[in-house]
Amino acid sequence: MQMRKTILVACGTAVATSTVVAKSIEEILRDRGIDVITRQCKASEVASMISGVDLVVTTTPLPGNLGVPVIQTLAFLTGIGKEAVIEQIIQALNP
Amino acid sequence: MNILDFLVPGSVALHYAASDSKDVITHLGNLLFDAGYVHETFVAAALDRESRLPTGLPLSGDVNAAIPHTEVEHVIKPGLAMATLSAPVTFQNMISPEEAVPCRLVFVMALDQPKAQIEMLQEIAGILQNPALINSLISANDFEEVRTTFSKAHS
Repeated sequence: MQMRKTILVACGTAVATSTVVAKSIEEILRDRGIDVITRQCKASEVASMISGVDLVVTTTPLPGNLGVPVIQTLAFLTGIGKEAVIEQIIQALNP
Repeated sequence: MNILDFLVPGSVALHYAASDSKDVITHLGNLLFDAGYVHETFVAAALDRESRLPTGLPLSGDVNAAIPHTEVEHVIKPGLAMATLSAPVTFQNMISPEEAVPCRLVFVMALDQPKAQIEMLQEIAGILQNPALINSLISANDFEEVRTTFSKAHS
């Protein structure tokens, strides 16, 4: 059994976008047999939320080096390149 | 859930001739205010947020979209305003704000609780991923045609 990985999902205001992205990631990964925990925050809160996080997925630019892999993508909103991003996420979770 | 459950009929502007992104955000925000969905502060807050955290989204078809929104305290009850534009106006790209995105479809979301009403954005995302539906929205001339387009999308 593998430990469940934690993905932090960031957007501008953490009102809606990050929730949609997080739900979408959870559902797609679950369909592939990968169970993950997601948390959501504003881009400005990422640095303070990074503890215990394996991967950050963001729809807005993030500051500096966070010490964990960061994937910037709009694919879960626009559909463009979604398959490639999912592969990227899976690879980032299983280095 | 269907996007029609959120769309405020009086807050839909079709073939709107916007001078720029501020114009369309102001127009839709005022329509939401007139309909009683948002506080007076909404327009200024949405404009401010858009300047700091832009919402332009390049799509796979010919038409791009923007989804301006703002913090929950400016909202009275959840609702959605929509504009199709007679000519594109420039929004900045959500993911790389230095990049300009010419947009002809704008959804202004009024969200009254964090992490609530995400069905609204999920429905919008579904539309954004459907270029044929967007083309028929852009050519819609009245609310009935908008309603028909969204109803078809759902069936």
